[in-house]
Order: sequence, then C-alpha cells, then structure tokens
Amino acid sequence: MAHSKEPKKFLVGIFDDEDVLIPAVKKLRASGVKIHEVYTPYPVHDLDVYLGYKRSRLSKAAFIFGATGTLLAILMQSFMLGFSWPMNIGGKDHLAYPDFVPVTFELTVLLAALGMVATFLISNNLGPGKQALMFDPRSTDDKFVMAIELEKNHQFTQMQIEELLLQHGVSEKPKEKEV
Amino acid sequence: MQVTSPVREPLVLRRIHEEKGKPTTYHDVTNDICRQVEAAPNIRWIIGMAISLIVLGWGSYTLYRTWFFGIGEWGLNKTVGWAWDITNFVWWVGIGHAGTLISAILLLFRQKWRTSINRAAEAMTIFAVLCAGTFILMHMGRPWLAYWALPLPNTYGSLWVNFNSPLVWDVFAISTYLTVSLVFWYIGLIPDLATIRERAKNPVARFIYGLLSFGWDGSAKTWARYEMVALVLAGLSTPLVLSVHTIVSFDFATSVIPGWHTTIFPPYFVAGAIFSGFAMVLTLMLVTRYVFKLEPYITLGHIESMNKIILLTGSIVGIAYMTEFFIAWYSGVPYERYAFINRMFGPYWWAYWSMMTCNVISPQFFWFRAMRRNIYVTFALSIVVNIGMWFERFVIIVTSLHRDYIPSSWTMFWPTYVDVGDYLFTFGFFFTAFLLFAKFLPVVNMAEVKAVLKSSNEDSAKHYIEEVPAKEEVVNSSLSSEKTEER
Repeated sequence: MAHSKEPKKFLVGIFDDEDVLIPAVKKLRASGVKIHEVYTPYPVHDLDVYLGYKRSRLSKAAFIFGATGTLLAILMQSFMLGFSWPMNIGGKDHLAYPDFVPVTFELTVLLAALGMVATFLISNNLGPGKQALMFDPRSTDDKFVMAIELEKNHQFTQMQIEELLLQHGVSEKPKEKEV
Repeated sequence: MQVTSPVREPLVLRRIHEEKGKPTTYHDVTNDICRQVEAAPNIRWIIGMAISLIVLGWGSYTLYRTWFFGIGEWGLNKTVGWAWDITNFVWWVGIGHAGTLISAILLLFRQKWRTSINRAAEAMTIFAVLCAGTFILMHMGRPWLAYWALPLPNTYGSLWVNFNSPLVWDVFAISTYLTVSLVFWYIGLIPDLATIRERAKNPVARFIYGLLSFGWDGSAKTWARYEMVALVLAGLSTPLVLSVHTIVSFDFATSVIPGWHTTIFPPYFVAGAIFSGFAMVLTLMLVTRYVFKLEPYITLGHIESMNKIILLTGSIVGIAYMTEFFIAWYSGVPYERYAFINRMFGPYWWAYWSMMTCNVISPQFFWFRAMRRNIYVTFALSIVVNIGMWFERFVIIVTSLHRDYIPSSWTMFWPTYVDVGDYLFTFGFFFTAFLLFAKFLPVVNMAEVKAVLKSSNEDSAKHYIEEVPAKEEVVNSSLSSEKTEER
C-alpha cells in the first residue's frame, strides 16, 4: 500500500471471531459497502473469495519460472558437455540426456521456488525495511480488523456504516483512523 | 438420523500452566510463544548454550587442524578413502529430511498436526544441512577450492564439471535443498515476526523485528497469496526432498563396489532419512516442549503421530536390510555375498549388530500405544534410533570398502581424535544454532496454530459431540450453498 499525500479516512471495525467476521463481510458487501481490506492474525479460509478477490496467479508464475529453469539446465549441460568441451568417455554419447535429469530437476525446482517467492514479495510490497500499515496492532494477535474507506462509500454516511458494523457483530465501537 | 464420527484428538489443549483448565485463546497462543522471545534467557538455556559453545570450541580446534594440515589428520587410508566424513554427511542430510517432510509432505496430505512442530523441524533441517555441508567441504582436502564443483568458466580451457557424475548432481541437490528450505522456512516466519514486532516494547527489538518481518500487515490479500506460495512450495519441496536423498544414495549406488552397487538404495535411503530425522525432531522437541512449557501445543497426540512415522519408516529400513541380504545371496556373485557376510560376521560385526538392534528392533516398541505416548520411552528411543542410523551409514561405507578385491590391501579404519572432533564441531554448531533460533525466533508457528485452534481444541471437540450436531450441519450446509452461489 503506497502512502498518498492526502490522509484518507477509514472506519475500523474489530471482530473477535472468524465465524462472525465472514457473515459480516458477506452482508456488508451485499448491502453495497466497499471494504478496503480485512486484516487477520492467521489465514482465514476463503476470506479472499468473500471479499471478491481474484484467484492469485502466483502458481502460473511459478510454472513459468520452473520451465525457464528446465530449459536453462538442459541448454547449459548440452552446451558444456556436448559442444564446448566434448569428452570421449568410452565412446559414449557426449549428450547423455538421462544423466542430465537430476541437475535439470534441481534447477527447475530452484528457479520455480525462488522466482515465485520473489514475485510474491514484490507483488505484496514486502521486503526488508518496508513499513506495515497497521489499522490495529492486535490484528497480528487475536483480532480480525476490517477497514472501510469512507471516501469510497459516498452513498453511506459514517453513522450508517457504523450502524451496519454494530449490527453485524463488531466487538468494539468502530473507530475512525486517518492514514 | 445423525451419524457422528469419532472426533479426532484435539491439537491444542486447555491451559496447563497458568489459569489451569481454561480454554486456550488466540491471545494465549501469542503470549505463550512470544514469551520466550521477549523474556531474558532462562538458566537452562544458558547452561545448554555454554555446553554447546564448549563443544563447538573444541570442534573448531580439530576443524582448524583439518583445514591447515589436510585430511591426513583423519584415519583414512588407501583402502578406506571415505569413512567418518561421508558417514556424518549422509547422517546429517538424512536428519534434515524430517523438517521438509513435516512442512511439505504433511501439508499436501492435510495433516494438521504439523502446525505446531513444523517451524522447529524446518529450522533443524537448515542447521542439519549446514552441518552436512561442513563435511562435504572438508573432505575435499582443499576446501578453499570448493567452487571448482560449480560449472564456472575457468582458465584451464573451460573444462566444465562432469554432469554424468552423481557427485556433481549432489552439489546441485544439496544447494537447492538448502536454499529452498531456507526460503520456505523464512516465508513461514514472516507473519510471526510481525506479531513480535507489534508487541515489542524495546525500540531496538521493534526495529530489528520490523526489518525481519518485511512490512507484513496480515491483509486478506496477502494471506491468500501466502497460502498459495506455501502450497506451491510444498508441492516443489516434496519431490525435492525425495530427490535429495536419492541423489545422495547414487553416490554409492552408481559405483561398482559390492555392498554399494544396489538398486534398492534410493527408497531405502529416503526411508532411513525420514526415520532418523523424526527421531531428531523428537529429541529436540521433547526438550523444547519441557523448557518452554509448550505442552498445550505439542501434545501426546503429536508425539504419537511422529512415533507412528518412526515405526513405519523403521520397518521399511528393516525390510531393506533383509532385501539387500537376500539379493546378495540370490545374485550368485561371490563378491556381493562376501561383502554382506563380512558385514555381519567380519571385524565390524559390532557396528552391524548395533545398527540392527537400534534401527530394526527398537522401533518395534512403538506398536504399543502406551509406548508411543510415553515421553521417556520416546526420548530414549529417539536417541537410540539416531545412533543406529549413524551406524547404518558407517556400516554401508566402511565395511564395503575395507576389504576390497585385493586381500593384501585389506585393512581397518579407526577414527582419529580429529575425526571425532570434526563430528563434535557439527554437534556444537547444530545445538548452538538451534538454541539461538529457540531464543530469538518463535519456535512454534503461531499463525498456523491459531488457524487450527478453533476447530481443534479440547472444547470444540467436546462441543461437537455433546451439542446438537444437527444444528451445526444446517449452518454449515447453508454457508456452503451461499458460497457456491457467490462463486
């Protein structure tokens, strides 16, 4: 999340239980409230689906990185043993592809893993020195924190959203936060 | 009609130490795990650290001798060119396998009991692979030239490494394994480091954990992608971990030495690796559980599950020993037959029978539930198993080499104090690293334990049996139908 210059006003609702949170997310979205994001202490199953996020394409990225690894490994070994410095070992083929399988496999895994993790970190803006935007520090402990940006919900007044949150089981009075 | 299946044993128990008998909450999980990171080290930790550092110090001296005077300091000779070093290498790599099995294979099989032990087991994997790497480096004789094992262009006319050699495969396998394990472990740590960051009162701690936690905020989007990453990494690590010990076994199996030249080696080595790895996890976790009071999270149920895996893999290893022996006889090759008779009744008979007792007989106690759930028996057997697995590698390597094709070159291998010291060095390093990990990083994956807390604590299980399962089911089915509509 990039910090913009204009402070934005958010309404923060705090839930105690994932089984209250999920119905609340569904109902708030059904009544037209745009939820900025929900912060949870652990991965809540299918929360991303209820929030309407698209399925992540990270697995595809991993496949592409892995395929690159496979290709590079085959090219590297073929070039080195087949063309750059062919060795005659008992008259056997220089290009002994079955022998290239282990290294090819390892490089496939290595590139797929590193590539996917790098993509994950970059796409989520994670990295050493990055600052987290915390609406409530307890969202890394035991609370489920829902942030609603007021500007993006013009059709509702702040009171109305607060009312909706209270109706759907927030455990504390919703508070305002400027970011 | 309602049919209620027997409920599984809960993964998280009620409070045991403070507020005895109360249900464990999310906040309790955070407190219990963060406490040891935030508090000053306790006396048991300091004593453990002091012992580890003394061992490490002594080992550093012998390692220095190996580095400066070469592997002539070891007990190797012309006949036995691989002995203590490769035994220790294979032993340490094998120990590492349990961590990946717990974090990757058990994730794919949806075994939720992995959640409270995966963090420490993965840390163990990383330290064990580093220990294994020490022997690989040192046995090269000139460790400063270790980079020659990499396919780098060089001044000798671009003479590349030989990709037909299992030793080169090993370089790729071990380094990939170390890298991927490290990445997998660290990605899992990030959310918990963020928890510690948010709790930290000391600004220095807050800064350091802030740096380490990569700006994690725990948003639903990040979690969804995080889970995808964990799943794909698990899918990649599963064949990886199997390939690593397979390739280690190729170091032997592709040779023409009787006793090594066996097609059974890859599965046999992998089973043995998991066997010894789980034993090491148990040794470490039983102590950690006691010192850090983690009984509500690492329950007898967890210990029992691990013991079942030890029983299974131990029995696979036992069958492999017998198969090897049978095939040696059945092959009709006199050299093969002699190699195996020499193992059992030759001058290293004691190593062979130690291996058989420790690896094949001792795990059979775990057929009994009472034994599987007994902490003292488990702790003792976990050490016995690791002694047995060390002897297995020693038997395979040394007894196959020490009587080769020319009887005039038959000889014995005896370790020198430098051999022993180098082994102690890795022990010192392993325990120092593990203690540092246990002090400064959360030993249990808080986020994952919280994710199973609601569905699998002592009270939810009880609630599930006693109170109207009918109602629960109605709610669940309505939820799932809504979900499908939305999709």
